[in-house]
Formats: sequence, C-alpha cells, structure tokens
Amino acid sequence: MYLIFSFAMFLLGGTMAMVIRAELFQPGLQIVQPEFFNQMTTMHGLIMVFGAVMPAFVGLANWMIPLMIGAPDMALPRMNNWSFWLLPCAFLILVSTLFMEGGAPNFGWTFYAPLSTTYGPPSTTFFIFAIHIMGVSSIMGAINVIATVLNMRAPGMTLMKMPMFVWTWLITAFLLIAVMPVLAGVVTMMLMDINFGTSFFNAAGGGDPVLFQHVFWFFGHPEVYIMILPAFGAISQIIPAFSRKRLFGYASMVYATGAIALLSFLVWAHHMFTVGVPVAGQLFFMYATLLIAVPTGVKVFNWVATMFRGALTFEAPMLFAIAFVILFSIGGFSGLMLAIAPADFQYHDTYFVVAHFHYVLVPGAIFGIFASAYFWLPKWTGHMYDETLAKTHFWLSFVGMNLAFFPMHFLGLAGMPRRIPDYALQFADFNMVSSIGAFMFGATQLLFLLIVVKCARGGEKAPAKPWEGAEGLEWEIPSPAPYHTFATPPDVK
Amino acid sequence: MRVHAQRVGALTGGLLFPALSMADWTVNMTPGVTGTSNDIFNLHMTIFWICVAIGAVVFGIMFWSIFAHRKSQGAKPANFHENTLVEVLWTLIPLVILIIMAIPATATLIDMYDTTESDIDIKVTGYQWKWQYEYINEDFGYFSNLTTPSDQIRKRQTKGENYLLEVDNPMVIPVGKKVRFLLTANDVIHSWWVPDFGVKKDAIPGFINEAWTRVDKPGTYRGQCTELCGKDHGFMPVVVKAVPEEEYNTWVADQKAAAEKERELTQKDWTMDELMERGEKAYATACAACHQVNGNGVPPAFPALRGSAIATGDMAAHIDVVVNGVSGTAMQAFGGQLNEADLAAIITYERNAWGNNMGDMVTPKEIFDYKNQQ
Repeated sequence: MYLIFSFAMFLLGGTMAMVIRAELFQPGLQIVQPEFFNQMTTMHGLIMVFGAVMPAFVGLANWMIPLMIGAPDMALPRMNNWSFWLLPCAFLILVSTLFMEGGAPNFGWTFYAPLSTTYGPPSTTFFIFAIHIMGVSSIMGAINVIATVLNMRAPGMTLMKMPMFVWTWLITAFLLIAVMPVLAGVVTMMLMDINFGTSFFNAAGGGDPVLFQHVFWFFGHPEVYIMILPAFGAISQIIPAFSRKRLFGYASMVYATGAIALLSFLVWAHHMFTVGVPVAGQLFFMYATLLIAVPTGVKVFNWVATMFRGALTFEAPMLFAIAFVILFSIGGFSGLMLAIAPADFQYHDTYFVVAHFHYVLVPGAIFGIFASAYFWLPKWTGHMYDETLAKTHFWLSFVGMNLAFFPMHFLGLAGMPRRIPDYALQFADFNMVSSIGAFMFGATQLLFLLIVVKCARGGEKAPAKPWEGAEGLEWEIPSPAPYHTFATPPDVK
Repeated sequence: MRVHAQRVGALTGGLLFPALSMADWTVNMTPGVTGTSNDIFNLHMTIFWICVAIGAVVFGIMFWSIFAHRKSQGAKPANFHENTLVEVLWTLIPLVILIIMAIPATATLIDMYDTTESDIDIKVTGYQWKWQYEYINEDFGYFSNLTTPSDQIRKRQTKGENYLLEVDNPMVIPVGKKVRFLLTANDVIHSWWVPDFGVKKDAIPGFINEAWTRVDKPGTYRGQCTELCGKDHGFMPVVVKAVPEEEYNTWVADQKAAAEKERELTQKDWTMDELMERGEKAYATACAACHQVNGNGVPPAFPALRGSAIATGDMAAHIDVVVNGVSGTAMQAFGGQLNEADLAAIITYERNAWGNNMGDMVTPKEIFDYKNQQ
C-alpha cells in the first residue's frame, strides 16, 4: 500500500519536474508563467520528499522488518493502518491547493518566512494542515518500527545481530520522532502568524524571520538523513549478497550510522551560511559539517571492502547498489565542498546545490528504493522479475540521471541561481542537456511500473532464496511470504 | 596557482566534452576580481582536487574489484570481514585531511567578516523585485530595475547580449576602495550576489547584514538575487560598475544635483497631460510588475486596477493605499520609495488609464502636504 502510494506520488512529482525542465529547456518564458513555475518547484520538492521517498521507506520497513527479525507482523497493526490512510488525505489536501484561487504554495519546499506567511497565497493554511497530517503519520510509523524492533525480535537475535536494514531503520525512527514535532511546531507558528495575528516571523511585529530558518533546518537536516539512512541499510544488505561475502565491518557500520544521526542535529546552520550568522557560529557549523564526512566515509570504505575479493555478479539490485555507492559519493564530495563556509558563499542557492542534493537523493534514496524493490520482489510476489528489462531500466536511469544532474554543477559554478524560471544566455547550453537527461530519466520510470506489474502477474517461480549469497531470516520462508510468518519464533544462533 | 587551476579546469571540460569546448560551456567557477573571490576560488580548487584524489583511490579499488573479482571469472569469495587497524586508519586519515582543509577556510572566513575601516558605505535594500542603493554618507539613493524588455522574455524579440542581467541604474563604486554593504529588505528575504566579488549576503527584513569588497579592476560586474523572493525572483539582477576614483567623484556630484532637482519638481505646477505622461513611465517601473501594464493585475495576490474600487473611488483612499501600502498584503508603502512627483503622476495615471475615466488629478504639492500631515 505504502509502496503503491509512493510510486504514484513519485510519478506526480516527476511530472512536475518535467514541467520545470521543459520551461528551462530554452531561455525565455515559453510554457508556464513565473507564478506557476514557483508552484511547480515547491510541489515537486514537497511531494518527492514527503510523498515519494518517506512513504516508500516506511513501506519497505513494514514489509521487511518483521520478516528480517522473525516476527509475525508489525507490533501495532491498527496504528499502521491509520498512519497509512492519513497520507492520501494529506496529499489530497496538498494537491487540491493547485486548483485553489491564488494557486498552490509557491515559496519553495523550504517555505521561508515571510514569503510563506505575510506574502503567501491563501492556500498556505491548507498546506500547513497537510504537513501536520503527514507529520502525525510519520511519527506513528516511526513508533511502530521502534516497538516492533525492540519487542518482537526472534529469540537469540541480539541488537548487534540485527540486519543492517533494521538497524538503520531503528535509528531513522528515532530521528523521525525527534524532528517531526519540530516541523509541526514551525508550521504551527506560521499558522498563528497568518491567521491569528502573531509575529513569530514578522520583523515589523518584533519577530524574527531568521528564527524560521533555524527551526526549519533543525528539522530539515536530520530529515535528509531520514531519507538516506534506510537506503544505507538496504545497500548494506544487497552488496554482501551479490559479493557472496560478509559485510565488512558490521559493528563500525552500526556506529557510523549512529554517529551520522547524532551529528545531524548539530549542523543545521550550514544551510544558512549567508544569513549573517556570527563568525564563531559559522566556524562551529563548518567544523561539525566536515566531521560528518568521517562516518560517511567509513560506510563507503566498508562497502568497497565488502566487494573487494568477493565473487561478484551483477543482477539489477547490485547494479543499482553499485551506482548508489559511486553517485552518492559524488554527492558527498560536493557536500564536502559546500561545507567549506567561504566557498559556500559562492555555491549557496545556485544550481551547484541543486546538483548536490539531487545527487544524494536520486541515486541515494531513489536508487536505494529501486535496488530494494528488485532485491525483494521475488519474496513479495513469488515470481522472478524480468532481468533484461530491469537492466534496461537501470542503464537508462543511470545515463538519464547523470545527464540531467551533472551539468547542474557547471551551471551553478558559472553563477546560475536556483529557482528561476528564466536565465541569462550563457546558461542555455547546459540547461538544454540537463532537460534532455531529465526527460529520459522521467520516461524510463514507466518501465519500472511495467516490470513490477509483469512480475506480480506471473513469471518464473521464485525459490525461497533466489539470490545465492543472500543471508537473513527473510530467505528461509517460502516466496511469496505467507500471511503471518514466524507464528512460532525461529531460533537465531 | 590561479592560471594553472583555470587551465586544468578548461582541460577537464575539454576532456568531458571534446567537441563542445567553447566559451559557453563554462564548467568551473571564475576566480573573480577581488582578493576574497580569489581566496574562495583557491579553496574551491583545493577541495575539488582532494575530492578527485579520494574518488580516484576509492573508485579505483572498487572498479578493480568489479573487474577482477567477478564470479564469471571464477572468483572465490574470501572470508575476511573485520580489521581494526584498517578501520581506525580510514577514520583518522579523512579526519586529518579535513583539518588541513579547515585551516585556510577559517582564515578566509575571518577575513570575509572583517567589515571594519570601510571607505564607502552603501545601503542595499531588497524589494519585490528590485534593489535600492543608498549612498548613506552622500545623501542620495535610487532604485535599480531590470531593463530587459518583456518582448525579449516572451520570445517576440531576439535576446540581447546581457539578457536578464541589465538594469537602468547600476550601483557605481570606485576601484581600490573598501566598500561596505549594509543589506536589508523591505518585504521578503532577498540575497545580493556578485560572483566576481565573492560577495553573497542575504537581505532580511528587520535585520542589517554586512559585507564588503575591494575591486581593483574597473568594469561592469553582474549578478542576481539568489533567495527565492516570489514571482519575479529570476528578474532582479544586480549590476555594479567599478570606475576610477575621479569618475566616481563626478558621478556622485551629478547624482546629488539630480536629487536636488527631483525635490524641486514638487513645487512645480503640473498639467494633466504632464502628469499622465510621467505617470505612464513611472507606473511601468514601479507598479507594472504586479498590476501589469494593462492594469489587469494577477488576482488574487495582485488585484486589477482597471475599474477597481480604489482607482475609481475616493481620491484620499487611493492616495492612502499608494503612499502607505496595505499591511498584510504584497502592496508596499510607496511613500518612502518614490518622490512626490512620481506618486502624484502614478495616482493620476491610474485614475485615468485603461478606461478609468475619473478625469481628476492630484498634484505633487498635494501629496507633499498629505505626507506631512501624517
């Protein structure tokens, strides 16, 4: 359910990205007006973050965590049900703003005040309500994961024997519980400013527009790790499986994940280097941000060491996993460059930033989801997917993605600001390349739909353990997994 | 170092796109024209090459594994999975690299924050969607608006060389002097950026941020607003002209004289035709971005003026809206932004254009008196 919903949202958010890239194909205004362009960038960001990536990982958690820890189902099924059905409601509200007078939210997915409060469109109140509902849904999902992981593990499965995917989700769930209330707080302050005459963010009333950014990014930075940690976990399952070799440095992987999560609370102001933070604050946030590179590096080194001297095969999940490691590292490098505060004065709010976060989110979160989907599809459906089509899907996505986002580095360095519907002539060539890549990447995703539908309807029967090197409890039960697995808990040595 | 880095950058670009390496396919940051921008450029190149080196090692080992340890080549998996020494090493080495990186970055950052001992102070105020430059020690100031014609944007005309990066009144600064910018905003957050100077700072309503630059090479430098500020965020460029000091001094004297002349306009006797003519021009720069040239607006955020209750209603209410703005909406208080002559001309124009045939007019003197009563 979560997965279907998130794929629908992925296509909707993707369509909006196509509108953006179509407008930016050439200089000049051709397809949409600036007002609508801003609505598209805003909705694209919100839908992809809250509608596509987060629910997809919750879906994977709901399906796989019980199988991986030897539990019959999630601990709190009714709450699970509720947290899912809140999502379509939230997105119905959010998408309906497109048809309201004054249009949808047009202030960017970061909705900086006062553009989103005093100067926001009338639909902002609906947007706030939608965010509240999504937040409630996420928190309930997170509580469910924590309750399941802490209480329902099979006898003998100690914390340090849990699969990496379970570990990363456990940490993600704590992050969610810590920061979603902060997001709820900041939108509530907006609600008060807009409708009840308060001045949290209105300088004329003694408020502070910069306060908004501090509170928002205190949520926002852990949020990016919420979107990437479960992918780290999934990749840590997949690479050992197709290398036929145990994960290198399991314990250090767990500690690195924990370290990333903790540090993520201490770096929020690196999104705000140009707002005039005092120089001491600036230095603190620069150093803390650079520190994150250390545990992230440990993860990448561990993955490479796992592949080193293994026996590798390259089925679709492995292809996506390898692309994940390479492209995520490139996103990590540009992140390191952005962390250097003086250089950030040049990069900030240009296409360099757009390139950076698309490099960590598309090959990071999205490729992580694709890799997981191919990895576990045989377990879900009981059929093997079409390997040739899946490999085509991978190569087209890989080329399209790089074509779309790599030139954005160049555009940013040449001085093109983000979130503009039209640009000076020297940016024309790379924008065209980028748009072509984006169309290619977008169209390719329909192929994924085809592969999944085909796999669900039939195909070669999948054995209990379709991947030679895979390890874990989920491969010891038949494919497809029966309803309520592990009624008697298995023993884990 | 700089030239070397540039060459390498060009070379990399050439290798990636062999057939396409020409001027428009710029792939790297420019070193800029100030000390700060050069420092930033050097930091940028250093960290870039560090990343390339790390990438080469890590990806090298990875590709080697992919190539040499394929199962199809009969590779047998080894069974090692932990090694404390290696793990400690690859935690400590990156840490050392980061510390080496952080040292020059800290020095540059502290230098960028040193806004003391400036020669000239300019207050930069962001408005939706234009910049105001006030030379606070010289007692004059003006607005800087985009001049690219709408026909070029809507593809009815060929685009000019500086498409979207041209303004009516650029900021003018002398070369070789430390110029301090005091940045703030009138409505939402904007961000003032000139890439060649390495200066980018947010302009935030209710706050005053500081930045500085010292330009040694005369020339025209262009940048843009870099914080999403609404509909026309992409249409508020920054243009700065750096000129020799004598030229700057002449320019300042001219500006002061012009400011004096503007003030005299208030006392002049105006005819309806003069006001309408001036009004049409002033409306186009100050009002048309929101209310549109044809007065139809973009409802509901920007209401239509054609046939509106304000523009065809009571004169006093109309003056109030234009001079004081409407709080809680995008309508700004233009009383402080425009001189009396322009305010009177705009109000008169709005009451008599696009079929709003009120037939009445307001003179700059009346506006002057109105402002003084408040």
